[in-house]
Amino acid sequence: MDAFTTLTGVAAPLPLANVDTDKIIPARFLKTIKRSGLGVHLFDTLRYDDNGAERPDFVLNQEPYRHAEILIAHENFGCGSSREHAPWALLDFGIRCVIAPDFADIFHTNTFKNGILPIKLSREICDLLMDDAKLGGNARITVDLADQVVVRPNGEKIPFEIDPFRKHLLLNGLDDIGQTLQHAPAIDSYEAKLRNEKSWMPAIHVD
Amino acid sequence: MARTLFDKVWDAHVVERLEDGTCVLYIDRHLVHEVTSPQAFEGLRMAGRKLRRPDAHIAVVDHNIPTSDRSLGIAEEESRIQVETLETNVAAFGVPYFGLDDARQGIVHIIGPEQGLSLPGMTIVCGDSHTSTHGAMGALAFGIGTSEVEHVMATQTLLQKPAKNMLVDVRGALPPGCTGKDLVLAIIGHIGTAGGTGHVIEYAGDAIRALDMAGRMTVCNMSIEAGARAGMIAPDETTFEYVRGKPFAPQGEALERAIAYWRTLPSDTGAVYDKVVVIDATTIAPMVTWGTNPEAVLPITGVVPNPADEADEAKRVQLQRMVDYMALTPGQKLTDLKIDVVFIGSCTNGRIEDIRAAATVAKGRKVAAGVRALVVPGSGIVKQQAEAEGLDRILRDAGFEWREPGCSMCLGMNPDKLTPGQRSASTSNRNFEGRQGPGGRTHLVSPAMAAAAAVTGHLADVREIV
Repeated sequence: MDAFTTLTGVAAPLPLANVDTDKIIPARFLKTIKRSGLGVHLFDTLRYDDNGAERPDFVLNQEPYRHAEILIAHENFGCGSSREHAPWALLDFGIRCVIAPDFADIFHTNTFKNGILPIKLSREICDLLMDDAKLGGNARITVDLADQVVVRPNGEKIPFEIDPFRKHLLLNGLDDIGQTLQHAPAIDSYEAKLRNEKSWMPAIHVD
Repeated sequence: MARTLFDKVWDAHVVERLEDGTCVLYIDRHLVHEVTSPQAFEGLRMAGRKLRRPDAHIAVVDHNIPTSDRSLGIAEEESRIQVETLETNVAAFGVPYFGLDDARQGIVHIIGPEQGLSLPGMTIVCGDSHTSTHGAMGALAFGIGTSEVEHVMATQTLLQKPAKNMLVDVRGALPPGCTGKDLVLAIIGHIGTAGGTGHVIEYAGDAIRALDMAGRMTVCNMSIEAGARAGMIAPDETTFEYVRGKPFAPQGEALERAIAYWRTLPSDTGAVYDKVVVIDATTIAPMVTWGTNPEAVLPITGVVPNPADEADEAKRVQLQRMVDYMALTPGQKLTDLKIDVVFIGSCTNGRIEDIRAAATVAKGRKVAAGVRALVVPGSGIVKQQAEAEGLDRILRDAGFEWREPGCSMCLGMNPDKLTPGQRSASTSNRNFEGRQGPGGRTHLVSPAMAAAAAVTGHLADVREIV
C-alpha cells in the first residue's frame, strides 16, 4: 500500500447523498480476479449512457475533474455492499481522498486498506469545499494527513479528526497483516484457550 | 457490570487490546465466495503466506453462477474464470468447499445456518455485507472487504474497534399477513439507511421472540440496509431447537455443553445501550419500497409521496430523483403499479419457509399474463426440501420458473437480470438504481407479497388475496 502524507489536487464535487457501492461500481464489473483496471467503470451508470458514450453533464467527464484526486460528496457515502472494488475503482481512477459528512462503516474501513483517506467534515464545511471545487482547476485543495488539516484554495485551514492507529498505518504505508502478525504469540495462546474452553466448537472438514 | 449480547460475544473474542482501543479480534468462522476472494488469495501468494486455520473457513460459489441447467457449465467467460479461480484457490490453500455439483451448495448466508456452521456466540465474517444474517443465531457476524478477507485468512483475526450498542425493541405481535421482511422494512423506514451506522443492532421484544429462525435471519440480514455493522438476536429455545441435528453442529454431550454456554449470552438486565428504538409491531402492514433505497418504504396501502411536500432542498432533490428513476407519479396508489418481473429468492428470503409462503399464495392461481416470475431456492438443500413437499409443482403449475440455487437476480451478476425500464417485485434486499440490472426498477417485498404481485400483475395487498 502506498503511504499517504500530503495531497494537493483538483477536487470533484459530487453533491449526492447515499452514494451506494453499486453506484460507485455496478455488480457486473465484479467478475475480475484483479484489483487494477476498474477506474474506467467508476460511477459507470452516472458516467456513461446506454450506448457507452460519456454523459457530458457528469462531473468526472469534464475538465479539470477528469484528473480529480479528491472527491467531495454528501451523507452516507459508500453505503450498501462490502465490495472493495469500490475503493479499487476510485484509486484506479486517481482518487486518493474522499471528503463527506459521514461514510458507511465497511466502505470507510476499505478505503484505509487501500491508501485512500476518508475525511469526515460537517455538511456545512463539505458545502464550502463543494463550492471551492466548482471553481475548477485553479482551485486546488490540499490535504495534510500529518497535521490533520484540509487547506482551502483561499488558504483557510480546516482541521479533521482521524483514528490515530489508522493514521499511523496510512502515513507509513504499513501492511496491517504484518502489524497483526507481531501479535502471533497472543493469537497462539488464544487458540490454545479456545480448544480447551470451547471444545464443542467443531472444526470444518468437507468430504 | 451489566453487558449486552454484543459486549459478551465481543469480549470473548478479544485476543489483545492495543493502546488506542483497537482490538485484535478472533474470528471463529470465515465464509468465502468467488467474487470477493480472488484478490485475497493472490495477496497471500504474493506475500508467501498460508491460511492460518483452514478448518475455520468454508467456501462456496453463489454470486456468479447460472440458475438454469448447470450440466452445460458456465457460459459467461468471466464468471467461469472466477469460479475456476476459487476452485484452484481452495485446492491450493486447503479450504473446505461446497462446489457447484454439491447439494449443499447455495447462497453463503443460507448455507451457514442450514449446515450448522454458524452457531451462537461465534464471530463470523465474510466478504459480503449481508453476513449480518448469521446474527440471528446470536453470533456477531459482519461483512468485510477483500483486504480484511486476506487478513482473516493470514491471521484468523481482524483489527477492529468495538461498535456501539443499539436496541430495537419490537413490542406486541405482528398482524396477520406481516412477516419478518415487513418488520425489517418498517424498522429501516423508521431509523433510516444510516440510522445504525457505527452500531450493532440487537433486536428484542415479543415480536422478535415470536419469529422462527427464518424470520429472524431475514430481519438480521437487512441490518446493513439500516447502516448497522451487524444485527443480533439473543439465542433462545427456538435457536437451540434449530441447531439440534444440523450436520456441522456439535452433537450429544458437546451440544449440551454448548447450549449451557449459549444460555449465558443474552443481555444482562440493566445493560446500557447507546441508542434505543421502540417499534409497535401491531401497527405494521405489509410493506413495499417505492424508491431507490430501502428507507423509501411504505405500507402497501400507501401512495407515492410528492417531493414538493419536502421542506429540505437536498432531500427534495433526492426524492425527485427517485420518483423520476422509478417512473412514478406523486399520489399514485402503490397497488396500481404494474409489475414485469417477480423474483423470489436471495439471502434475505430464499429459505424453505419463504418458498412455502409464496406457494401458499400461488396455489390454484396463475401468474398474470406478461409477468415473468422466478423462484430461486437459497440452497440445494432448500430446493430438495421444497421438491419433497411438492412446492415446486404448485409453483410451476401456477407459471413460476423453478430454478437452481444462487444469488441470481438479487444483484444481477449472473444472466438473471432486469432489462432497462422493467419493474420488479423482489424479495431481495436492495432497490438501488440498476441493482437488478441497468435501468431496472425494484420494489422490495416479502415472499407472500411477491407471489401476490405475480398472480395479479401489479403490486398487491396479500391480505386481500388469501
